[in-house]
Amino acid sequence: MEAILSSFLTKYNYWVFIGLVMIGLYALIAKRNLVKKIIGMNIAQTAVILFYVSIGAKQGSTIPILDSSHGHDAHHAVQAIDYINPLPHVLMLTAIVVSVATLGVALALAIKVYQQYGTLEEDEIQAQIDKT
Amino acid sequence: MTAHYSALLIVVPLVVAFMVTIAGWIDKRWCFPLSAAALLATFLASVGVLAEVQQNGVVEYFMAGWEPPVGINLRVDHLNGIVLVAIAAVALLNLLGTRPIVEKTYADRLGAFYTLYILLVTGLLGITATGDAFNLYVLIEIAALTGYALIGMGPGRASLSSLNYLFMGTVGASLYLLGVGYLYLATGTLNMVDLAARLPEIYDSRLVLSAFILCLAGLCLKMGFFPLHAWLPNAYAHAPSPVSSLVAPLVTKVMIYVMVRVMLTVFTPVFAFERLQLGGSMVWLAVIAIVAGSFLALSTRRLKRMLTFIIVAEVGYMVGGFWLGNRAGISGAILHIVNDAAMTFCVFLAAAAIQQRNEGETIDDLQGLFAKMPVTMAVFVVGGLSIIGVPPTCGFFSKWYLISGGLAAGHYGFVAALLFSSLINLVLFFRIFEIAFFEPFTDHHGGHGHGGEGVHGVAIEEAPLQMLVVMVTAAVMLFALGLYAGDIVEGFVTHVIPAGIL
Repeated sequence: MEAILSSFLTKYNYWVFIGLVMIGLYALIAKRNLVKKIIGMNIAQTAVILFYVSIGAKQGSTIPILDSSHGHDAHHAVQAIDYINPLPHVLMLTAIVVSVATLGVALALAIKVYQQYGTLEEDEIQAQIDKT
Repeated sequence: MTAHYSALLIVVPLVVAFMVTIAGWIDKRWCFPLSAAALLATFLASVGVLAEVQQNGVVEYFMAGWEPPVGINLRVDHLNGIVLVAIAAVALLNLLGTRPIVEKTYADRLGAFYTLYILLVTGLLGITATGDAFNLYVLIEIAALTGYALIGMGPGRASLSSLNYLFMGTVGASLYLLGVGYLYLATGTLNMVDLAARLPEIYDSRLVLSAFILCLAGLCLKMGFFPLHAWLPNAYAHAPSPVSSLVAPLVTKVMIYVMVRVMLTVFTPVFAFERLQLGGSMVWLAVIAIVAGSFLALSTRRLKRMLTFIIVAEVGYMVGGFWLGNRAGISGAILHIVNDAAMTFCVFLAAAAIQQRNEGETIDDLQGLFAKMPVTMAVFVVGGLSIIGVPPTCGFFSKWYLISGGLAAGHYGFVAALLFSSLINLVLFFRIFEIAFFEPFTDHHGGHGHGGEGVHGVAIEEAPLQMLVVMVTAAVMLFALGLYAGDIVEGFVTHVIPAGIL
């Protein structure tokens, strides 16, 4: 029990991200409303982004901007341990753009579906398709 | 110039895509020539890269001069060299061939259509050329997003199918992204070659195993590997014809290429085949995919839908062939990526031509079509024969490699599934040939026409000339790929397979 608790406390970022992915996937699978599905998809994507962002962080480190204004340590070798890893964050800038674009396309398609069938409920759309 | 071929391959269509948008605002007549010029340049560049690969081995290009592992590189070897040429060729031919349909259907949205078309091709070429695992994800999403938009432009159920495709595709891509994240966590690098160098020390780590499973699951979802194929038939069957003849041959095939790349280059066969011993179960899954795809194809009477289920079965061929894990099986899978792209393109283009002339979409509407559209149907027959696997079309040769791979591995279930699927394909296509050839065309409207060879005095109502030329080229390509199958395997595919595999 203690081991589980400590793994939960020290690695809570992973638990949070897993929880969010599961919430997103649940909405994507179980919800019958297209917009709710889109929201679920976006939650899952955001969870993956949060995972990436969290793995760059380190205890006792600071943002990765070299402060050379102090002068006296300008020639000092940069200690990677002092800075959080910026690479995952930079990667996620791209992934955020991708997820926004996906959200946009999904909502646009949902509007088209709504114009066509007059509803966003999957059951009702399916009923209309079966009728024809 | 030659040094930049691999970059031009992606940069040219990317830049031209935006020029096409602007051209769409100013003068729509410029959209098509611009797109065609860009894809022609891309095709020439891809051939140039392939020639260079054959001469000097692997071609590496460092984007903006940053060397890996810091920068992103493009890495073209014998494997993606041939896939690049196949993508560029199919994209160019499809652009030329479907012009009459596109200009009729999307007259008011030409700029948007061609921009998306070219961006999709850019994405696919990028996926194939990149040597960076994260870059691969971004390009997968570029190809996917443009694909959703293009499919959503279709009539009827297209937007709903496209939305479902978007849900599944996003989950697949997110799983892959998560897998890449785990790999980055384990190794601190994203470059494929660099990953392969750092992974062997930590093969026992559960992190690497989870990364492997996530990547594989994501890619299987994206390639439509049964039972993760649910999005595929609707999306491809309801897509506008000019789009389905682009995405159906290319997208699933490119995702299979990615699987081959990730397994061979990143995880290496030592991990995928020897450590995990996953081969057997993956091949059995492929057997299920082939049999299920064949039965589903048999159960529908709608032409395009039937063809999409054949794709589901073909995905099983390639996945199964690869996971046999021997030289013949992997050669067959790689050869089939190219061959299947060519033959799927051939039948989908013929189906597009048929659908344009013929209002119905079930195979019963094809009555007497041989008399009405002789050239289109001849092309369809060649494509069908190739999918069945009749020599000397290319489908026979890749199937031959796959079957000999199955025999060499002692996996008779896979061999049986391949033969079974060939038989089903035989039934599927001869059912169509019979309806189209023997049953007379019921519409007597064209009886007075003097169209020449019409059997029952039916006037020939062929597809536009431009389409016919492209279709015949595609059909001839099937024979050419078949006749040169040995050379393709000797010249390219054998270089891809790692030395340890017999």
